[in-house]
This record gives sequence, structure tokens and C-alpha cells, in this order.
Amino acid sequence: MTAFPSPLVGYLLVAAVLFAIGLAGALIRRNAIIVLISIELMLNSANLNLIAFWRFGPHSSALTGMMFAIFSIAVAAAEAAVGLGLVISIYRHTNTAELDKINRLKG
Amino acid sequence: MQGGLSQQVTSVPSAVAQLLWLIPAVPILASGVIAVLKQPRRKLASGLAIGSLSFSLLFSIVTFVHVVREWAAGLAVREVVNFTWLHFGSSSVDLGWVLDPLAAVMLVMVSFVGLLIFIYSTGYMAHDENYTRFFCFLSLFAGAMLGVVISNSILLLFMCWEIVGLTSYLLIGFWYQKPSAAAAARKAFVTTRVGDIFFLLGIVWLFAQTGTLLFYNGGSGSLESNALKGLLAAHGGLGLTAAGAIGLLIFAGAAGKSGQLPLHVWLPDAMEGPTPVSALIHAATMVAAGVYLIARVYPLMQFGAAPGGTTASLTVVTWIGTATAVFAALIAVAQNDIKRILAYSTVSQLGYMMAGLGLGGVAVGMFHLITHAFFKALLFLGAGSVIHGCHEEQDIRRMGGLRVDMPVTFATYAIGMLALSGFPVLAGFWSKDGIIEAAHHSAAIKGPFYLLIFGALLTAFYMMRQVCYVFLGYWRGHGTAHESPRVMTMPLAILALFAAVLGFIGTPAWPWFQAFLENRAATPAFHALIEPGYLALVGASSLVVIFGIFLGFRVYGNKSPKPEAPDALEQAAPWLWNPLRDRLYVDEFYRATVIALYAWLARVADWFDRRVWGGIVSLVTWLVGLWAKLNRALDVYWVDGSFDKTCEELSNGGGLLARVQDGRVQDYLRILAVAAIALAGILIWSSRP
Amino acid sequence: MNAVFYLLAAITIAGGLAAILLKHLIHAALAVTVAFGGIALLFLQLDAQFVGFAQILVYIGAVAILIVFAILLTHGADLPEKGVFNKGWAAALVIAAAVFAVTGWAVLQSIDAVPQRNAAPVVSMHDVGNALVGRYVLPLEIVGLLLTAATIGAVIVAMHEKERSR
Repeated sequence: MTAFPSPLVGYLLVAAVLFAIGLAGALIRRNAIIVLISIELMLNSANLNLIAFWRFGPHSSALTGMMFAIFSIAVAAAEAAVGLGLVISIYRHTNTAELDKINRLKG
Repeated sequence: MQGGLSQQVTSVPSAVAQLLWLIPAVPILASGVIAVLKQPRRKLASGLAIGSLSFSLLFSIVTFVHVVREWAAGLAVREVVNFTWLHFGSSSVDLGWVLDPLAAVMLVMVSFVGLLIFIYSTGYMAHDENYTRFFCFLSLFAGAMLGVVISNSILLLFMCWEIVGLTSYLLIGFWYQKPSAAAAARKAFVTTRVGDIFFLLGIVWLFAQTGTLLFYNGGSGSLESNALKGLLAAHGGLGLTAAGAIGLLIFAGAAGKSGQLPLHVWLPDAMEGPTPVSALIHAATMVAAGVYLIARVYPLMQFGAAPGGTTASLTVVTWIGTATAVFAALIAVAQNDIKRILAYSTVSQLGYMMAGLGLGGVAVGMFHLITHAFFKALLFLGAGSVIHGCHEEQDIRRMGGLRVDMPVTFATYAIGMLALSGFPVLAGFWSKDGIIEAAHHSAAIKGPFYLLIFGALLTAFYMMRQVCYVFLGYWRGHGTAHESPRVMTMPLAILALFAAVLGFIGTPAWPWFQAFLENRAATPAFHALIEPGYLALVGASSLVVIFGIFLGFRVYGNKSPKPEAPDALEQAAPWLWNPLRDRLYVDEFYRATVIALYAWLARVADWFDRRVWGGIVSLVTWLVGLWAKLNRALDVYWVDGSFDKTCEELSNGGGLLARVQDGRVQDYLRILAVAAIALAGILIWSSRP
Repeated sequence: MNAVFYLLAAITIAGGLAAILLKHLIHAALAVTVAFGGIALLFLQLDAQFVGFAQILVYIGAVAILIVFAILLTHGADLPEKGVFNKGWAAALVIAAAVFAVTGWAVLQSIDAVPQRNAAPVVSMHDVGNALVGRYVLPLEIVGLLLTAATIGAVIVAMHEKERSR
């Protein structure tokens, strides 16, 4: 693994690893905040993918990838804000931030 | 043998003929009224009955006078009133009545004898609590019998015939609490029914063959020459013509009602009824109905006979009559019940009447019927008086010496007995002689003459035996005998008078009766009395009668043996006596054959009904039950079960699926991830180069 | 280039791993900040300067702080007694591994079709600005709206409720 056919593959693999790590965190950890962190991580890995493809792909002057990434960052930030606000609100109601214990939607 | 009647019919019936229907209608109406009366209204009941029958008698006398006047004037004597009762299709049911000499004499006889017996009954049944019911039935009987007499439609005759049979049943079983009475009534009804079935077949055949139910209908009636020719031409099976076959079928009905040989078994048992019933129905009138029927349909029975010859049906009538006469007379010799002797005597005399019809024609048979009605009624009423006087004792071995205690009864009874035996000059002599004479002159049938003479001997013998036992000798019963009240002895006297002198209307010297019936002029012919052939015959029969009486007196006389002691004849010839006393085993024969067969059939039918039909019903029930159970099982286990199971599974499935939705976000995320992987995998896999 | 790339990759991945594995939430928050930083540097290496700095500004400067505040407000310093991992962590690892496997396989599958341009794109801020208000003006405005709504929403959601509802 010393030389990739293209540097893009390396970035893509890193992004994949990060995504997997993020997913694992979202699935494994009990605390809601860590889950949100993991989600941010997943979003970041997606951004990395976008930028990598912008850099190595054709038509980089169209700035498509970069724009997409910028907007992704903005939306991610908004989502993190709202999400964390929700976590705080839930904590106030149920006095816990652990996802195991929050099963009001149980069918 | 004289020919049948062949008069023309008047075109417009007279007023008398048109009102003829009142004669039977009034007693029937009276019967209906009595039926709704309460039991204590005894005088009213008997008053109504006697009043209605008096009216019928008066009107019958009026009609008789009317017919005699017509006859004397040489006019046509048969008047017919017909009307249609029902229409169906192109046929119709016609009813109607006829007024001719035959009907006229019968009307007078029935209503007169009936009235005397009604009056007698007010005394005889005075102590019975069912007095009103008795008069209701008596009145109904009188009306129906008069209906039989005047009927011009064979269907109307059959209807009245059946009512007569019904009232006979009701009156025989009047004391229905007695099992023997109830059984006797049933026996009478069933036995006459057997005859009536054949009668009905004859009626149906006659109607089918001739197309009309009326006897006389201006040329198109079933007894008029057109129809008779047609009947003679048609075939009746077994080598007979239709006329012959129908005649035999009708005779079968008459044989049942009149107690001829195979169907006579009910008459002696019918003595279970009250004595007035025995007198009226089983001596004078109802049993005569059969003879009257044969007389009425005589043109049918006799049509087609060669001059001096006879037809098949008349031959059968003659032989059965003769056999009955001798058979019953034999049995009467060995009976010990006063009424039973008279019952068998009646059967025997009915045989004589039938033989008379067969051998000598309508007039001969009817003459004996009329005279027999009077003296047999007299004898029965006398027997009733005796029974009443001996405190309801009926066994002649416990009577005796009653000529002293009951003189009026004795005198009248003696006259009756002599008349029955055929003692010269009295009524029975002339009528029985007429029959014997006809038997002697008959060219075709020879045997009956000797048998009838033998029967006359037996008749004299057993009647003398009865008189010896009852009136001669000394009293063997308990208590003392007493004479009956006037209301009972008056009718006896009247009947005795008639029994003595009635014969004179039919002597050969002046055969008024025969001429009247046959619609010829009646010329006195005194020389007929002294014709050598006639004298020889009359002398022979008188000798036979006197010999019989003498024999009876010799054997029984004034001896009055003890009740337990065997009869004189029994001692002499028990091998003869015992079968006669046991009525020649006819009842036992029937019980062993017909009744046993019927009982077996009933058992088979019952078994069939219970096992086969019942089995089928049970099987069907069981199958239906099984089907119901099956349905229920299906319903419960399969339908419900499957439904319930499905619901349960759905619920469980739902439960299972619901477990996925545990409210935990991370589990949802897992599922999402797995789904995404799967989808991505598929996509990538499908886009491989 | 490779060595820097590997280093940056290692930092980022380590940060991420640490973020999901560490028990203390604050440590996890700091680890994810490191990961954010690594990502930013990777962006810079990819000649996406604006995005790189935006990443630092937004993520490290805002999101990470936000996370710390949230930890603070939910008393995240207290450790739960039953452990930080939930019951089915093995299945989750398997799922994550499967996801990585699928994506990795996709990448390696299309390894021949991957674009190869090595020259760095020449992009100035001027171009970015033009693109933002030119071609992408609509998403820009919508994102603005979104951010407004998100802010207001977050405030409302996280606000103390009025006394009357207690």
C-alpha cells in the first residue's frame, strides 16, 4: 500500500474509514452527545470525499465539489446546533442523555 | 218367474212425489235437534222422535194411498224427482227420489214398525240414563232407512246406507262401557264394511259403464232398458257380463247388511244392543235393507234371462240365500240365549228372502220381508218384555212357566212364533209358502226346494223349543217374573194382530200385493187355492211345520230341566249338538284366518313402520345431527380456529415486528445501516464490468 | 506528498477512534476536535483552502464548542454506571465493518476508472465568491434561511420551559 494508482484512492479510503468509525460510534455509544459527534464525523468524511473528487476530478473550475462541501459544512453546523439543543431538552425532561433509556417511541 | 218392472215414468211428478223427501228429512232433523238437547230433557227427546216418525208414517200412508189410487186407475205408477247436486267436467252427480209401489210399501212398513218400537222404547229404556242419546240415534236411523227406501240415485242410496250402518254401530254399542258391546259394535261395522267395499265397487262400475247414477231418468237411467242392454253387452271378467258382475258386487253389499252366509257373523253379536234396537234394526228394517236393495236393482240382476231361466247373479243370490237359511236354522237349534235364537232366526229368514228374490222375483221376496218385519219385531219386543219381566235375565234355561206370569206377552209371542214357523193361515205361512212354491216351480235351480223345506222344519222346531223353555213348564229363575207395563204390551198386541192377518194381502186367492208391486191388475182367483198342485204343496209344507212343532213339544214339552242340566238333544247326540252350539265354528275360522292374517299384516306394518321408516327417520336424524356436529366442529376448529389462529399469528407477528420498534434510535440506525449496505452492495454488484 | 498524507490520515483516524472509544465525554470532544483539525489539514492539502479554513472556523470554532457546552449542560461529566457501550456493540461493529467493506470494495472495484489529474486547480477567492452569489445563489439563500431557522429552533428547543408547564 505504499503507492496508490491515484492519490484519490487514498483519500477515498480514509473517508471510508472515517465513515465507518463514525457509524460504529453512532451505533455503539450510549451517550447521545457521542452519537452526535459520530454523526459529525460521518459528515466530515463525506465532505472529504467531495473535496477529494473536486481536486482530482475534471471540471474543478466549476467549483461544484467545493460549493457542495461549503454548504454541507453549513448544514452540518445547523444540524449540530439543533441536535444538541434537542439533547439538552431531552436531558431536562428525562434526566438522562442515554439512548438506551429513551424509548418513548416504543411500539 | 215374473218379469221386472218396465213402466213408463210420469212426465210431471205429483205434489206428493215432490214432497217425498220430507219423509226421511223430518226424522233426521229431529235427530239433530235431540243431539243438542241436554240429558234430562227425556220427554222432549222421545216426544220429538215419536212425533217426527209419526209425521213420516202419516205421510207414508198418504203416499201409499196415492200410489194405490194411481195403480187402481191403471196409470203409470213410478214418479221420479231428480236433481243435480254437483257438476264436474262433463259429468254430474245426480240425486233424486222415486215413488213406486215397492217404495210405498216399504215406507209404510218401516215407519209403522219403527213408530211402534219407538213407543215401546219409552217404556223399555225408561230406567236408562242415556235415554236422549238413544232417541237421537233411533231417529237418525229411521230417517236414514227411509232415505234408502226412496232413493233414486245409487249414490244417495249408498250415503243413506252408510248412515244406517253408522247408527247400527252406535246403537249396538249403546252401552259402550260393556267391552262385549263395544266389540260387537266394531264387529258389525267391520263386517258390513267388507260388503260395502264390494258395493262401492259395483256403484263405481255401474256409473262408469252407464254414465249415470240415477236408476230411473226418463229412459236414460241405469235400470232402464238402454243402459241394461249396454251392461249386458259389456264384459265383466270371469265369463260374466258387466250386468252380472255388477249384480254380484251389489249383492255382496246386500249380503253384508243382511247377514248372508259368509258375512253373517255380526248379527248374533249385535244382540248386545238394547232389545228395541235388535227389534228395529236387526229384525225388521236394517237387515231388510239388503233385501230391499236387491229388489230395487232387480232389473239389473234379472236382465238377459231367458224365459223360464235365470241369470248368473240371481243363481248366486238363490244359493247363498238357501245356504244361509239352513245354516242359521241349524245353529239356532242349539242356542240358549233368547235373543240369540231370534238373531239366528233372523239370519235364516233373510236367507229365505234372498232365495225368494232369486227364485220368484221381487214380489215373492218383498212379501216375506214385509210379513217377517212384523212378526220378527213382535218376537223381539216380546223377548224384550220377557227379559224385562225376568229382571234382565236372558238365558232361556233360567226362565219357564211365563205363560202364567206374563199372559199378554205369552199370547202375542205365541202368535209371533206360529207366524214365523209358517203355521197355516197366519202371515208367515203365506209368504214362506210363496217362496217354497217359487222354489218348486223354478226350472233352472232345483236344490233349494228341498233345503228350504228342511229349513222350515228346523224353524218350527227351534221356535217350539224356545217357547217350551220360556213359557211352558215352571219358573227356574230367581225372584218372581212380572208382566210388562202397558206401554210395552200395547205395541206387542198391535204387531200380533198384523202378524196374524197381514198374510191375506198376498194369498194366491187374491194376490193383491204381488199385483201391486208388479203393476198389474189384481184379480181375485179363488180357484188358485184349490188347484191340485198348489194344494199338494201347501199341504206338504203345513205338515212339515206341524211336524216340527210337534217334535219340539215332544222333546222339550213341559219338562223344564234344571239350568245346569244338559239339553235333551245334547244328551242324545252331543256330536251334533256341540258344533251347533258353538255356531259351527265360523267365528273361530275367521279368527284363525282373516283376523290372524290381518293381525299379522298389522304387526308387519308396525315392524316396518318402526324399524324401516323409523329407522330411516332415525338415520336421517342421526345424519343431520352428524352433519350439524361436523359443521360445528368445522366452524369451531377450522373456521374459528383458522381465524383465531390467523389473528393470533398476526398479533404475534405484529408483536415480533413491534419489537423492532423499541424506541431506541441506535437500533433504528443499525437497521438503516444494514439496509444501506445491502442496497449499496446490490448496486455495486450489478455494475461490475 | 504521501508521507504528509499518511500522517494526516493517521491523525484524523486516531482522533475519530478516540472520539468513539474514550469514556470521558470531554476527552471524546477533544479527540473529535483533533479529527476535525486533521480533516481541515487534509482539505488544505487538497488545495481547498477556503473549505479548509471554513472547516476550522465552523467545526473547531463552533461545533466543538457547542458539543462541550452540551456536555456541560447534560452533566456528561458523570459517567454512567453500566458502561459506555450498549449491549449490542458487537453487532454494531460488524455492521460498521460491513459498511467499510462495501465502500472499500466499491472504491477498489472502480480503481481503474478513478480520475487521475495531478495538477492543482487554480481557484481564487474571487471565483468562490462569484460562484456563491452567481450560480449557487439559491442554495446560499436557502442555507441562510436554514441557519436562521436552526438557530431559532435550537434556542426554542433548548430553552428553559415556562414555569406554568411544570
